[in-house]
Amino acid sequence: MPSINDILILLPEIYLVVAACVLLLLDAYLKPGQKGAVHWLSILVLLVGAYLVVSGQPASSVSAFGGMFIRDGVSEVLKVFSLLITAMIFVYARPYLKERAIPFGEFYTLTLFATVGIMFLVSAGSLVTVYLGLELLTLSSYALVALNRDSSLSSEAAIKYFVLGALASGMLLYGMSMVYGATHSLDLHTIHAAIVGTEWKTLLLFGLVFMITGIGFKLGAAPFHMWIPDVYQGSPTAVTVFIGSAQKLAAFGMAYRLLSTGMGDAAGGATGLAPQWQLMLAVLAVLSLAIGNLVALVQTNLKRLLAYSTISHMGYLLVGFVNGGPDGYSASMFYAVSYALTSAAAFGMIIVLSRSGFECEEIDDLKGLNQRSPWFAFLMLLVMFSLAGVPPLFGFYGKLLVLKAAVEAGMLWLALVGAVAAIIGLYYYLRVVKVMYFDAPAEGTDVRATADAPARWVLSINALALLVLGFTWSPLLAWCQKAFAG
Amino acid sequence: MSNHLLSLLIWLPVVGAIPVLLAGTGRPGLARWISLLVAVATFAASLALIPAYDATTGTMQLNESLSWIPSLGINYSLAVDGISVALIILTTFTQILVIVGAWEVIQNKPHQYMAAMLLLEGAMIGVFCATDAMLFYVFFEAMLIPMFIIIGIWGGPRRVYATLKFFIYTFFGSIFMLVGLLYLWHKTGGSFAISDMAAVHLTLTEQSWLFFAFLLGFAIKVPMVPVHTWLPDAHVEAPTGGSVVLAAVMLKIGGYGFIRFSLPIAPDASQHYEWLIVVLSLIAVCYIGYIALVQQDMKKLVAYSSIAHMGFVTLGIFIAFILVRETNNPDAARLGMQGAMVQMISHGFISGAMFSCIGVLYDRMHTRQIKDYGGVINVMPIFAPFYVLFAMANSGLPGTSGFVGEFMVILAAFSANPWIALFAAFTLIIGAAYTLWMVKRVLWGKVTNSHVAELKDVNGREIFMLSAFAAGVLLFGIWPEPLVHLMDASVARIVEQLAITKV
Repeated sequence: MPSINDILILLPEIYLVVAACVLLLLDAYLKPGQKGAVHWLSILVLLVGAYLVVSGQPASSVSAFGGMFIRDGVSEVLKVFSLLITAMIFVYARPYLKERAIPFGEFYTLTLFATVGIMFLVSAGSLVTVYLGLELLTLSSYALVALNRDSSLSSEAAIKYFVLGALASGMLLYGMSMVYGATHSLDLHTIHAAIVGTEWKTLLLFGLVFMITGIGFKLGAAPFHMWIPDVYQGSPTAVTVFIGSAQKLAAFGMAYRLLSTGMGDAAGGATGLAPQWQLMLAVLAVLSLAIGNLVALVQTNLKRLLAYSTISHMGYLLVGFVNGGPDGYSASMFYAVSYALTSAAAFGMIIVLSRSGFECEEIDDLKGLNQRSPWFAFLMLLVMFSLAGVPPLFGFYGKLLVLKAAVEAGMLWLALVGAVAAIIGLYYYLRVVKVMYFDAPAEGTDVRATADAPARWVLSINALALLVLGFTWSPLLAWCQKAFAG
Repeated sequence: MSNHLLSLLIWLPVVGAIPVLLAGTGRPGLARWISLLVAVATFAASLALIPAYDATTGTMQLNESLSWIPSLGINYSLAVDGISVALIILTTFTQILVIVGAWEVIQNKPHQYMAAMLLLEGAMIGVFCATDAMLFYVFFEAMLIPMFIIIGIWGGPRRVYATLKFFIYTFFGSIFMLVGLLYLWHKTGGSFAISDMAAVHLTLTEQSWLFFAFLLGFAIKVPMVPVHTWLPDAHVEAPTGGSVVLAAVMLKIGGYGFIRFSLPIAPDASQHYEWLIVVLSLIAVCYIGYIALVQQDMKKLVAYSSIAHMGFVTLGIFIAFILVRETNNPDAARLGMQGAMVQMISHGFISGAMFSCIGVLYDRMHTRQIKDYGGVINVMPIFAPFYVLFAMANSGLPGTSGFVGEFMVILAAFSANPWIALFAAFTLIIGAAYTLWMVKRVLWGKVTNSHVAELKDVNGREIFMLSAFAAGVLLFGIWPEPLVHLMDASVARIVEQLAITKV
């Protein structure tokens, strides 16, 4: 029987599920003219959810339902940022959905359920919860990608996402079954304890490989990145921004739970399988940095460019993860948060500059933006330099931390690979700035910010935050470090 | 107030850029006046450094320190020594002239141009003040963004190529420096303070890696052969103001980086590879001088001459190792290092002045090809003497600031090895050859081109700008004492440190 204590620990999740159901019902009964209410209510629901996460945060790590669900510092940081970023995405999405007549209510409910999935995933204390959270998240995402059902690109992306996603889920599940076979437990802490001194090392290693496949797919790390460009390009931009930002936090949480909590980390005496997964992740990191950056060089579609850039950013995230200690995890989490914020602004910009009948998707569409709309050109400049990792913008400090983590772990070579990748990556970000600032506007186009005022304001705050956080990132880092300190 | 003088110097132009931007396209006049006001105020504040700084000890002074990122040991810590003070004043001085120089010339979005210049100024001053390696790096990189925009928007026909090359080249160098800094952070046990990094013991192998990491970062900035190829492109395509700032201040950051990072952190590796820098510097002085000789484009000619002159800076810095550790002649080492620093300041004035002169001609003729000119002195009698003066200074004529630094470096080089001095002294011939030949082809002779015949002489604004440069060039040529005095004690401290091995 769940105790009242268990319920209290799960309060934010329970609240969000109930709220999402209420919104679903409400949407069904509202008249078409009143549908706007769903929008504001959803944002309110998310903000209250973030408040519940912070206010109910226990002083130290607690678990509920016999260890199935963990509520600790890590889950707090990831949940707060997922909720806040999703709220931001709702603001960006409204003008986009409205102009294209994409079902309004479904978008909000599905995204809310996906967010619940994120929250379970980052709080998972057992393999079952990981899988449950992951499926809730991905199933909602498949539907979201296909939301614009009249668009063949969107349907194609959804099918690809679904088939590959199902395959990855299968791999993950298969890996989990092997781990279960070797350790006789689904609980991550028990698995961790059982791994030390087990005689089933080969079986565990096989399980680890399959689980890393699943993690790699969710992160979009090469060589499991094939779905990323098509899904990013094909999805409605309002959905892409969700997949490209908040979901990266979930992927980080999933990797942390499975690898660090479950398979053993490098800190402390009992290392578990840490040396093995560190090496595998290092390979994934190098591949992602190389493939992501090199292929991004030749992209002409902005969404596709950002998709390949995501792959390289996940490479950086893994560089921090390879460290395998609290410093490395906090660096990776900081990176995930900084990337999620930056990528939300990047896709938000695409939404704000698009309008019905004109998707501002090609890099060339941004030509001469500084002539038409200097403010948004400036914001995009901030976003691009942040992605490129040029100080004093926020994105630089994430790179600084993960490279530092690699140096600390004695992997100077990995830090150098990261450095070289940053140079390659710089080129395509600069190309976007070049198009906005140095080129004349193309004939017959008229790219302006046409989205409604809330979207423009929130986007401005989002992009300026990248500059402001570049000077005041200390509290965020302290928060991330505290999460892994205990 | 004086406690926060350095912060004021950094943030005044940065904050000042905001009203300039807000003034907007509608009121370009207002934007110009605000930016001039900000630049003048910054210059005035930088002059306050002279009384505030005690030049007799040469220590790092006017300390400011705030904890920025406590968990990583990153501090917002600022301090200056004599060398930084001289470079900061050079920066603020140049900035006024750049804004005056762009007054009517920049018609396309002048507010953005002025704001970018002010942001650039703040970042450059930050580089000269930072005593925390990470803070230094942040300013060092932040500098690139406004310069990228300046070259890219207001530059010449191949501006996009030039500005991308500039940005990627510089970023390429500095990112390896970042990895080096992270390694040092690891070795010091969690401190980014440059003084802590200088104090930590490192093996020769570690020092060598770090030396090359720093070399990559700073050699590209200086620039040294063979990583100089971005400079001619950037200079040719940049607007006049961009070229002036690039040549007068940004190149100096490379030389400054060597004495702040390479020498104290990797002294043994610096000694070990001192021959490499000396050879590269001599190649810059001689070979690049010959390249300058054959240029058809005035800006390119001055750009190559900048590389040759910066060769003296790196030569002066690194022959100190031969003098201190091999021939045991610290006085000559001090002279050489002093010469390098004087050369940095002097080249700031001269190159800034040369690019401004070319800008004056370009604004009228819209060409920089030497062959399009000839007989300019006949139609621009006020402009011509300035041009001749700066050209003379560029070729190192005694009585101009160009002579002082080069002479000191050559003297020191002679104590180290007469052969080095011999090759370095080549510059006196080649430098004179390329500059004076350009003067001959541009100024003297008959007017053969009808466009030249229609040239109007310089106006009051341009006379002000050129006179200010001329005053600097002559002042430090005839009376370098105050400049030498300002930097002497700091240079002496650096030379003392060179003798101490860290292995």
